[in-house]
Amino acid sequence: MDLSSFPTGGGLPAHARVLRWRPGLGGAQHSEIFAPGNEGSGAAVALALALALDAAAADEARSLLWVQDKAALRLTGRPYRPGLPASLRSRVIHVAAARPEDALFALEEGLRCRDLAGVIGEIAGNPRALDFTASRRLALAAERHGTPLFLVRLDAARDLSAARMRWQVRAAPSPPPRWNAQAPGRPAWRAELFRARVHPPGEWILHRDEKTGLIASAATAPDRTEARVAGL
Amino acid sequence: MAVWLPRLAIDRWRRLQGCAKGEGADAVPLALIAETAHGPRIEAANDAGLEAGARPGMRLADARTLCPALRVAPADPEGDRTLLGRLAVWAQRWGPWAAVDPPDGLLVDVRAVAHLFGGEPELLADAETSFTAQGFTARLAIAPTAGAAWALAHHGPERAILEPGGDVLARLARLPVAALRLDPEVLLVLRRLGLRRIGDLAGIDRDALKRRFRDRVAEANPLLRLDQLLGRTPEPLLPVVAVPPALVQRRLLEPIRHREPLDRVVADLAIDMARELERRREGARRLELGLWRVDGETAFRTLELAAATREPGHVARLFAAKLDDLEAGFGIELVRLRAAWTEPLAADQADLAAAEAPGTSLAVCLDRLAARLGPDAVRRPVPRASHLPERAQRWQRALEPEPASQEVLEFHARPLKLLDRAEPIAVLYATPDGYPRQFRWRGGLHEVVRVEGPERIAPEWWRERGSTRLRDYYRIEDREGRRYWIYRAGLIGDGRGGIPDWFLQGLCG
Repeated sequence: MDLSSFPTGGGLPAHARVLRWRPGLGGAQHSEIFAPGNEGSGAAVALALALALDAAAADEARSLLWVQDKAALRLTGRPYRPGLPASLRSRVIHVAAARPEDALFALEEGLRCRDLAGVIGEIAGNPRALDFTASRRLALAAERHGTPLFLVRLDAARDLSAARMRWQVRAAPSPPPRWNAQAPGRPAWRAELFRARVHPPGEWILHRDEKTGLIASAATAPDRTEARVAGL
Repeated sequence: MAVWLPRLAIDRWRRLQGCAKGEGADAVPLALIAETAHGPRIEAANDAGLEAGARPGMRLADARTLCPALRVAPADPEGDRTLLGRLAVWAQRWGPWAAVDPPDGLLVDVRAVAHLFGGEPELLADAETSFTAQGFTARLAIAPTAGAAWALAHHGPERAILEPGGDVLARLARLPVAALRLDPEVLLVLRRLGLRRIGDLAGIDRDALKRRFRDRVAEANPLLRLDQLLGRTPEPLLPVVAVPPALVQRRLLEPIRHREPLDRVVADLAIDMARELERRREGARRLELGLWRVDGETAFRTLELAAATREPGHVARLFAAKLDDLEAGFGIELVRLRAAWTEPLAADQADLAAAEAPGTSLAVCLDRLAARLGPDAVRRPVPRASHLPERAQRWQRALEPEPASQEVLEFHARPLKLLDRAEPIAVLYATPDGYPRQFRWRGGLHEVVRVEGPERIAPEWWRERGSTRLRDYYRIEDREGRRYWIYRAGLIGDGRGGIPDWFLQGLCG
């Protein structure tokens, strides 16, 4: 398959194809994040990635659309304002969709809006509405309008998708905090990039805090070959 | 012409209840109350309530001792004022302009109008009949000046008419000084001076009155009020101007039975509405679409917009989504679009950059979401002053301004997400008051390796029942690294239940 005929993600030059991913690196407008439904890591990583992109672009106070379908809402609850990152607290607009179809509609409308900094979606499982066609629509809308989309898939199998970057995320033990070694520290996640258009796959431990932003430290050496870089 | 509605608040309440005078809910003693610093005070009472002894200005507790069966409803001064404004517009049927005389009166200019009704007595009779038919008690009077008309309506005989010319002062001399529209403090001063009637004031030297009352405000200056009453000084009044809502309609030659032409008519109406609103420099927040069918049936669709707009394409698109379940029957012959709620929106220059940029604006996006998912699905979290985590945030419409709030206390770590309802978990612990060791949630076993807590949050005693238990919150991390926010409801031996239960309320990032 001749990959050069496909539109490239964010107009990256050809040598970026072998660039290893690092926080704040754009290029993918539509990312999928697979996460277990019994922890908050999926939404947390989506937020962290969105904020890293946001800081890289411009620190405008544009809103962030957060769409949840009913199953995702029941599984992991609603966003809680006092617990959100401080820069996001007044910027989140939440959409509670009854069905996955409505959630996909809301995601697409959000992507078409030029006043949004990004769109975060949470959809539980593998609903019939979210097939390859739907994800292709989302990817095209995200690329056309330049609004990043982070779709969190809770308890989902890795199905066929047009997402430009696909992550598998779960919580990782946090580093001990400075003052109380018995307490949970700043959040850490083990994130595996298993499919990407422009980056080689890899596995990182991600941290985020308010001062330093998103930090990725290598978890293990990437054991996959360069041949699987450009999987759709 | 002055109109005094002495029972305005009670009459309005009766209209809202939909009952006639002395029937239904009006048959039992009732008082409208306002909350004051010294407890509820009666603002108005109905006939049965007045008979039972309740008087306006009385404390509710006093009235209850006279009549324990007295029922109460909250007074609504704001609503009364709005109604008075609408009545002033309605009262323009008797004269070219009308002004509101708060709190319970109207002033209508009937100069050179009375012959249209057959004379001034007939005009007054007509006005009184109309007010009575609407369910209002009204006292009316006609006089050459607004002050004299007011005095006669409040303190004169029924349907008094004061002919112009002659000695006005002599004819009004018997009225009490309260007819001069003065403040209660000034009335008290006048009473202490022994001046009870308007005639008493007229007998005093003008200079003496001027020395005693130096206030420039008319309400505190009897001399100024007297001059206004006699027409010696002008008294400007502010007339009420009716602003009809923007309304466009299409009468259709051939009744519409299909969807496509209807969409075109709605799009045309949206364009007409945009022109009309542009002329008024307004944008619509709520639009009502009315459809009249040939067989007399009507259908209404209401649209609420997140921000004021008059963009025809956007409006037509949103209405199109609402017309799917419409029954056309034998056809629709009249389509009407009305802007029920508008906000000022200045005419702005077409933004070339925005027109070229693909995508929609935030308000348009939110409107589309609300039109499909319902207005309550698109919301924004805002803080609320409460210690309880689930009450500490409130949801409001996305584009409403954020209410002012106190700074958040940053030393408490809070979870990223909160479950709608805290889920019970089974916890293993070494001691009942100690740290949790292990818990089972949704069938999975979690071994707690790191804990921070407890953070004790006491129930809000000013709001909750006395048996509510306090909560001890723990931020925990299990062996896999998953972080949760759990709490124990109550303590052992707090006398509010048995062994305390544990709940999982939040998921940390």
